[in-house]
This record gives sequence, C-alpha cells and structure tokens, in this order.
Amino acid sequence: MNKKLKVEIIRTLIALSIAFTILVVIVSLISDNPLEALYNLFLGPISSKRNFGNVIEKTIPLIFTGLAVSLIFSSNNFNLASEGAFYFGGVMALVLCFTINVPSIIFWIILIIVSATVGAIIVGLPGYLKNKTEASEIVSSIMLNSIMFLLGTYILVYYFKPANSRAVSSADFPDKYLMPNIIAGTRVHFGLFLAIFAVLLIYLLMFKTKLGYKIRMTGKNSNFAKVMGINVSLVLLLTQLIGGALAGIGGAVHTLGVFDNFTSNRSPGYGWDGIIVAVLARNNPLYVPLAAFFVAYLKTGAAIMTRRSDVPAEIILVIQAIIILLIISKNLISKIEFKILISGKLDDGGAS
Amino acid sequence: MDNLINLFLSADFWFTVIKLTTPILLATMGAHIALRAGVINIGLEGIMLVGAFTGVIVSGKLFLLGVPIPINLLISVIAIIVSGMLGGFFIGFFHLKLNSDIGITGLAYNMVASGLTVFLLFVFVGDKGASYTYKSLAFPTIEIPLIKSIPFIGEIISGQNLLVYIAFLSVIIMTFVMKKTVFGLRIRATGENPKAVQSVGISVKKVQMTALLISGGLAALGGAFLSMGFVEYFVPEMTAGRGFIALTANTMGGTPVGGMLVTLLFGFANALSISLQLFSTIPIQFISMLPYLLTLIALVFFSWRKMKRNVK
Amino acid sequence: MSGFVIEMRNISKIYPNGTIANNNVNFSLKKGEIHALLGENGAGKSTLMHILYGMIRPTKGEIFIKDKLVEINSPLDSLKHEIGMVHQHFMLIPSMNLAENLILGDERSKNGLINKKEIIKNANEFGKKYNFNIDFSQLVRDVSVGVCQKIEILKALYRGAKILILDEPTAVLTPQETKELFVELKKLKKDGHSIVFISHKLNEVKELCDRLTIMNSSKSVGVYNVSDLSVKKISEKMIGREVELDFEVPEKKLGKSILKVRNLIYFNKLGKKKLDNISFDVREGQILGIAAVEGNGASHLLETLAGLRKDYSGEIFISGVNVNKLSIKEIRKQGLRYVPADRMKDGVIKDETIYNNLIVDRLEEGEFIKHWLIDFKEIKSFARSKVKEFFIKCKDENSEIGSLSGGNIQKVVIAREFDNNPKLLIINQPTRGIDIGAAELIRKKMVDLKQSDSGILLHSADLQELMQVCDSIIILYKGEIVGYVEEPKKVKPEDLGYYMLGVKKDTDVSGVINE
Repeated sequence: MNKKLKVEIIRTLIALSIAFTILVVIVSLISDNPLEALYNLFLGPISSKRNFGNVIEKTIPLIFTGLAVSLIFSSNNFNLASEGAFYFGGVMALVLCFTINVPSIIFWIILIIVSATVGAIIVGLPGYLKNKTEASEIVSSIMLNSIMFLLGTYILVYYFKPANSRAVSSADFPDKYLMPNIIAGTRVHFGLFLAIFAVLLIYLLMFKTKLGYKIRMTGKNSNFAKVMGINVSLVLLLTQLIGGALAGIGGAVHTLGVFDNFTSNRSPGYGWDGIIVAVLARNNPLYVPLAAFFVAYLKTGAAIMTRRSDVPAEIILVIQAIIILLIISKNLISKIEFKILISGKLDDGGAS
Repeated sequence: MDNLINLFLSADFWFTVIKLTTPILLATMGAHIALRAGVINIGLEGIMLVGAFTGVIVSGKLFLLGVPIPINLLISVIAIIVSGMLGGFFIGFFHLKLNSDIGITGLAYNMVASGLTVFLLFVFVGDKGASYTYKSLAFPTIEIPLIKSIPFIGEIISGQNLLVYIAFLSVIIMTFVMKKTVFGLRIRATGENPKAVQSVGISVKKVQMTALLISGGLAALGGAFLSMGFVEYFVPEMTAGRGFIALTANTMGGTPVGGMLVTLLFGFANALSISLQLFSTIPIQFISMLPYLLTLIALVFFSWRKMKRNVK
Repeated sequence: MSGFVIEMRNISKIYPNGTIANNNVNFSLKKGEIHALLGENGAGKSTLMHILYGMIRPTKGEIFIKDKLVEINSPLDSLKHEIGMVHQHFMLIPSMNLAENLILGDERSKNGLINKKEIIKNANEFGKKYNFNIDFSQLVRDVSVGVCQKIEILKALYRGAKILILDEPTAVLTPQETKELFVELKKLKKDGHSIVFISHKLNEVKELCDRLTIMNSSKSVGVYNVSDLSVKKISEKMIGREVELDFEVPEKKLGKSILKVRNLIYFNKLGKKKLDNISFDVREGQILGIAAVEGNGASHLLETLAGLRKDYSGEIFISGVNVNKLSIKEIRKQGLRYVPADRMKDGVIKDETIYNNLIVDRLEEGEFIKHWLIDFKEIKSFARSKVKEFFIKCKDENSEIGSLSGGNIQKVVIAREFDNNPKLLIINQPTRGIDIGAAELIRKKMVDLKQSDSGILLHSADLQELMQVCDSIIILYKGEIVGYVEEPKKVKPEDLGYYMLGVKKDTDVSGVINE
C-alpha cells in the first residue's frame, strides 16, 4: 500500500509540475509583465488576510462538491449533475429565505434537509433513468444541468426579483439566516465546520460500513458485484442520492455563507470543479479537503491575477483540465511506477 | 395556436430547421465514426467550440490583412478542420498513448476548450463577452438552380449556407465509407473486437486515432457553422450542449442516415424554441429548455426501447 | 545452415507488474515438423509464442528466422516472415461474415473499396484449395466453434503463413473434431508447413507431433523426440514431480433433489433459442456434469441458474423453493454458490485485496460487523485462515488479486464460494487455464463438498475431468439435453463426442429427473 501511495504522490507532483510549466510559458508569452502576473497568481492568495480568507471561503463549496463527485466516481459512475444540484441548493436557500420565518437554528436545519433532498433528487434522476432505461448518465446529467440552471433562473426572475430592480437578482437575504462568520475580516463562515463534518462522515461511510464496501466493490467491478448478489442498481442509486445531497447542501451553505442575495451566476462551476478535486484526491474523502484547498488557492490566485494584470483568469480552467488529464494518464509515469512496484520483488526470489 | 399553424406552414421555419440541424449533424457524423472505431468522443462539445472560435479569429485576421474573400474562406476552412483534428489528436494522445479514461479525457478537453476560447478571445479581441466588435466572415449561401424555383421545397432547400450542403453530403459519404471501403471495414472491426484487429497486424491505436482526427474535423466544421453561418461572431459557450446532443443523436440513430433523422428532430426543436421566443408568452427560460428537454426525453425513451428489445 | 526455420535464443519477459513469464528460454523449429510446446498453464508457453508472433515485446533475447537475426515488433512483421498464429481465444468479428474476417487486414483491394459478393466468391475458392468446405457468406456468430477454428487456420494460410502457431487448438473441440483437425494439420505438414502445437493434452501430442519442447516455471526444461518419451515421463518433466493420473471418487449415496429444473426455455437478444425445454435434477451428494461444445447453451444454463438472467420460461427450484422471482441475493440465501467461467470478469475484483474478495456473503449475513462498523481485524484473520486452507500463494491477505497467478486467483474464488457448506454449487470451467496443482486441489475440494452432501452442477470443456469427478453427465447440443450418461466410468470420451456434435441423440433422457 505504501508503494502505491508513493506512486500516486510522484504522479501528482509530476502532473503539477508539467501543468505549471505550461502555465508559466503561456503567461510569459502573452503578458507584458509576466513576473507580476505569476506573482499575483502564486502568492496573491497569501498576500493579505482577506485574500487568504477567499481561499478558505472557496474551499468550503469545493469540499462539498469534491466529496459528491468522489463518491459518485468511486462507484464508477459518471453522473455530472452535481453542478445542477449545487446550483439548486442555492435556489433552495433563496426560496426558503423569503418563504418561511423561523428561528435561525431551525431555519438552517430545514435548509439542510431541503437542499439535501433537492440535490439528491437532481443527481438521483440521471441515476434513476440509467437504472430504468440504461440511458447514458453523462449526457443526461449534462442536459439536466442546463435545464436546472434555466429553471432556477425562472424561479428567481418570476418570483424573487423585486419589481423595481433592474439587475437579475433577489432582494437581500434576512440577516438572521446568513451563515455566521467565524473569522473576522474574511467571509469564512460556519459552513467550514459542516464541510469537515461531512468529510468524516463520508470517510466512515466509504471505508467502514457495509454500504461503503458495496459501493467500492461495485465501482471496481460491477459484474462481480452483480454475480455476488449485491443489488448494483440500488447501490449506484444510493451513491448518487448521497452525492447529490452533499452537492445540494454545499450550494445552500455557500449561498448563505458568502452572499447577501441571489443572482443566477451563484455557482461559477463548483460542480465541475468537484471533478478536479475528486481526481486529485483519488476519490478518497480524507484527501478531499487538501485537494479542495489547492483548487481554491488556484482559483483565488487566478482572480487576483486578472484584477492586477493583463492575464485572464480563464487560463486556470485550461491548467486544471491538464492536471486532471495528466493524473488520469496511467502511462504517464509507468516506467517509474514499474520500478517502484517491482523494487524488492526481484530480491525475494522473483527470479527463482 | 394559429401562430403555431402559421409557423409550420411557413417555408421560413423549415428553412431554419435545416439550418439549425447542420451543426449537430456534422458533429453527429463525428460522433459516429469515433464510436464505430470504439472510442466515444465526449470532447465533441469542446471541439465544436474551438472550431467556432478558430473560424472567427482566422477569417477576421485574414480579412484585416486584406486577403481576398474566397482565399480567406479556404484558409479558414482548413484552419477550422485542423483545429478539430488537433482536438481529436489531443484526446487520442491522452487516451491512446497515455491510457487515460476516455470519458474524463473528453470532459477535460471540453474544459480546455471553454477556458482557452475565453482566454484567447480576450487576447485577440480584448473582450471576454463576445467578438461583436471584431469583423469576421461567414460562409456563402448557395442557390441551387432548378430546385430553387420549386415552390415551398425550393425555398427550404435552396439558398442555404455552403456548410449545410456539406453536412448533408457528409451523411452519404459516411455511409459509403463505412459500408463499402477497406477503411470502413477496419473501423467497424476495431470497434467490435480490437484484439482481433491487432492480431492481424493492424494497429488499433492508429485506426482509432484516425477516426478521432476525422471526428474532430467534422465536429469543428459543425461548430464553425454557428459562428460563420448562423451568426457572424463568437460568443463563449455558443455551442450550448450541441456536442452532447450529437452524441445522443448518434446513439439513437445508429447509422449515419438514422443519425441524420434524429438531428432533424433536434433541429426542429431548436427552430421551434427560437420562433416561440418571438410570439409566445411562455417564459423564455422554458423555451430555451426545449432542446435540452427534448434530448433528455429522447435519450431516455430510446434507451428504454433498446433495453426492452434486448431483454426480449 | 542449422536447418531450423525458427530459432529463439535466450528469450526473457518480465511483465510490468513484475511477473516473470519467460526466463532465458530457447526454442527452435525445424522445417516440416509439428513441434509440441508443452507445459502447465502459466509455464510461459503462450507468452513465448506471442513474442514470436510480435504481440508481446521480449525484455531480452534474439529471434532468428532461417538463420537471420530478425526484429519482430508487431504481427505485421511476423506475417512478413510467413508466421501465422491461431490464438486460444478466437480473433474474429462476430457481426461480420466469414469472408470479411478472412481478409481483414490483408484486403488486397486496388481502389480501397470492398465488393461483398466478390470477396465471398474468392474466399469460397480459397477454402476449397485447402479442402475446407465452408460457406463464407455466413456470419461468425452463426457458426460453430469448429468452423471458427478452421477460419482461424485459413486466415493464417491466406496471409501466406508457412509456419503456424496453434495455441491449444483442441481445447474447445470434441474428440471427433480434434481428429478432423489432425488430418488437416498432417496434410499441411506434408505440404511443407511447419507447425508449433501448444497443448497440455499429452495423448494428442503423442499422436500428432514429431518433437517437443517442455516448459516449466518460465524456463525450458528440454527438447525431445516425441518417440523417446512416454506420456508419464513427459508429464513428470512438465510438472517437475510425479502426478497421480488416477483419482478415486468415493461412492456416495445420493440424497433428495436440491436443484430441480423444469422446462427451462431461454431466447437470447437476437431471438435465438439458447435453452430448449431443459429439465433435470441435482441431488444431495451428487456431482452432475454438463458436457457441451462451446455455444451450445451450457454457460447460458449455468448463468440462468445463478440468477443472472430472469427472462426465461420454465421453473427452477432450489431446496424446493421456486427461485424464478428471487434476486441473486435471495437465491444465494437459499444456499447457492457459483463459480463463473470468466474469473477475472465475474469472479474477483482484480485491484482489490484478497480479504475484500473473500467476504461478500459473510458481510451480507451480518458477520464482521461491530457497532455498525466493519471490523477489518476479524476479516483479515478470517482471510488468513482461508489463505492457509487453500494454499493460496501470496505475500499475505493484503495482496492484490492482480498480483496472483491464475491458479491462485481461482483458489480465492473457490475459497469464497465453497465457504460455509453451501447446499448447491454451480461451477463453470473451474480448472481452465490454471496449473495442475491448483486444479487437483479444486477437484479434491469438490469431492469433499459432495461428501458433505452438497449438490454440484459442473460444466467443463475438459472431458477427462468430467468423467473423473462426475456421478453422471448430461450432454447439451443446441440448447437441448440430447444425452444422459448415468455412469461415466463406463464410456469413452468419443461416446460423449457423438452427442456433443449432435450425431447421436437419446429419445428419452428422463433418467436425469428424480421424482
């Protein structure tokens, strides 16, 4: 096992160095002042308390969607509706904020239950459809994301946009419903504790429970699972429901943790970013916070770079994709891997 | 209701249906050849987007340089196809050479495309929103003699963009190549039993890479129709899921001709959603949903039917 | 001039996962001989021949063809040197016709186009040239394995192969088909072809071959003239020890029916009838064998009984309970266990530990769980005991399945499925492709279970094995029970062969039903 961990660490480091080399080359080519751009990208996030707060604040939603995608990928399913679920978690926060009037604590409990349910339904739908009809979950979940986005915008525009407002946004959320801030001078909120709690919960689920065992076995060989009497479709559906619930909660928590009102661009692709978090964390819940932090750091750095230099932040999307690709490339370091895996093997009689 | 009937009776509407079928149709042919060779090209969406972007930038640059229009368009077409083939190569390189999962590889390419097009749009045009301020070209429309003068039908078929005819022609070519050529035989064999193909000395990876290159070229042309036919500018994410719709159309259609029929359905939905925006009181969000909803429903219905057939 | 058409010198191959498949192996082939390459499963025969055919690159070593050092990097190179290979698993495209399969990769089309009629006509003529009377317009999925085998040989000849490598060509054939094949091979030899015959069926080698090379644990043990060695001597050299060729199954009185199958009919998705009105019983303490040529329904039958198909008509009872509507989990609760034919696909999880591969059923029954959480300590100690009991060769119970040899992987499957005294075992090809030691252990464990009153339904392509361990045997042909052999000890493999080929058919097979 240790050898495997070593291989994975080397793989990650090599992938990151290649990706960053590409990044540096591109920035150098197009920027008038590449050093400043790179400085802002890599060191901007730690240049002030507020900036670092931004990193943590972005880490929170990424932990939720990273966990969701990790869970779904572990079962070898490529349902990508976490994006839609995350967005609709935010929509649920919007709806509840302006429709119920209860004490804060009760509100948050209701919010978590409702956003989890709605998220579960959204991610569960492509899963259910695949189960019943064998429709490809990749395509159906991507279509569903577009539909959910439009539906959310409709709800916002037709029910929660103040008539006199020209911007497509809701009125300000009631103060008592906002997630409490935990670090003054930043927007880091209580959701951080919820995210860490979710990490521990999902870790236990995956590695210490019967359902987790079934999820992992199904993900690694669904034929085997079926032959052994594991109800594969049920396991897959449950995985997607749990993943969707996580993404939904993430969206709700993020919306009330960071913003004062709701606009239709409240998820700048955190559901999609869940993919890179999951890939970096190798679908292991315990590594998700670290991976989420890394991605949040990059995103914050990119935003600072855009503000202070002439390099658009979108370059970071390209770099993220390249990191994903390099990590999932099994042959990238096959020679190094070969050496590590067979080291010691030849000595203890491999050749006899 | 009257509006709707009038709409369906107007040649204009059906002209738009054909027009909107075109980008999806080209991408569907791209999906077809790749899938036949045993690789599902999830990256079609990104390839289309890059194709749309390349067309605008290249034709615009050449225009600024004062290159005569026909030569400009010729070079642009080549650039567009090359951009698509590069996308296919990119996916093939990671999947075939570095052994990465094809699904995530395709998705990753889509991310590359989203990021890169906005990034480069800013670099070339100085705007992340769209290329309105940047003069780029469109492909010419073509009047077909004789057919042109047939009432109604002529109005629908003639006078379309050059790429429209290329798209429908590609269906015939694809059918022929798959059925009647050595190349097609090898593609089909590779998709069905790659080990058998390898055992007779054909390089499976080469066949699959070739298929991906062709797939990319076709999809990029489809994408370019959006920015050089349907409109004459580039907007980020302007492909709006058409790559995925093409994947669905291909699985549903099965054959090139079948795929074409399904894409016509999607073209219809697209055209309908555009027309409805003009005169209906349905909220715009629901109208915009139409193509996605239709894809989802069609996919589910088709998969369900196929499963039923398999079970029997 | 050495007189050899092929010489392989000091060939070594280490796979990426560290397995050493060939260790300094030498091999040579004379012109016009049939040369047997013998060895246990996993001894490295297939690897060596895949290297010669260019499908695997050797880690080290040289290949000489007609005394010239050559580099073989792909099958294309070996085809250039007139080497052709017939693989153990057919390399055919099921949805294409035989002619298309024949020419694939060597289409000889001037303009890149293919004319279906013409290629079929040419293929038919080509077949006739070698006395193979086959209709090349048929689709691969519609023809028998015997025909597939012939197409594979013709494919090599079509490409001008003068040297043929045949990897266990008789494994799926009936004794009759084997005989027919040998006639054809001898004819090819007379025409000047040289043939490498990979096998572990010693009688066949004795009958067909001129010389033999024996491999044992990735090394070559020696080259001999076939006439110089007895079957017993060959097998000793193959395994490195003496083997008991005889195997006594103790008498056992059969109990009541544990499995009852009545009027089972099943159509596949192409609408073809795969199981035709099948009725039989398996009783406590009985091992019932199924003999059938591949594609005649044996696997369909076993998969259906294991609960993997639900769309059949007819009835299945396990311990008197109708299981038609039950899920696989519920069927397993009735005491059914299943050893699938394809262990890597259905039997194990390759990149998981041994212990995780052993515990599904026990976990399902609520074992190894403390305070809602899984107790991995207990699981590992359970796995250690199984590793010991079944002599699973591994570092420890944490080893990944993928790092084990085929025989040891199969032992993991058997250790799991034979655990906890199952009532009924459905076993498909338990010893295919594994070493003799593991195969012996598995046969012994089957007999142990029979002694403790389990009922066993066993399908194997190895007729010797069936006749050795089974109390009685049914034969399937085109999805139908065409024969019932009550006492296998009293018949010869050829007798089974007649049924398997559909030449012979009993009108009354009700003996297999126990009412």
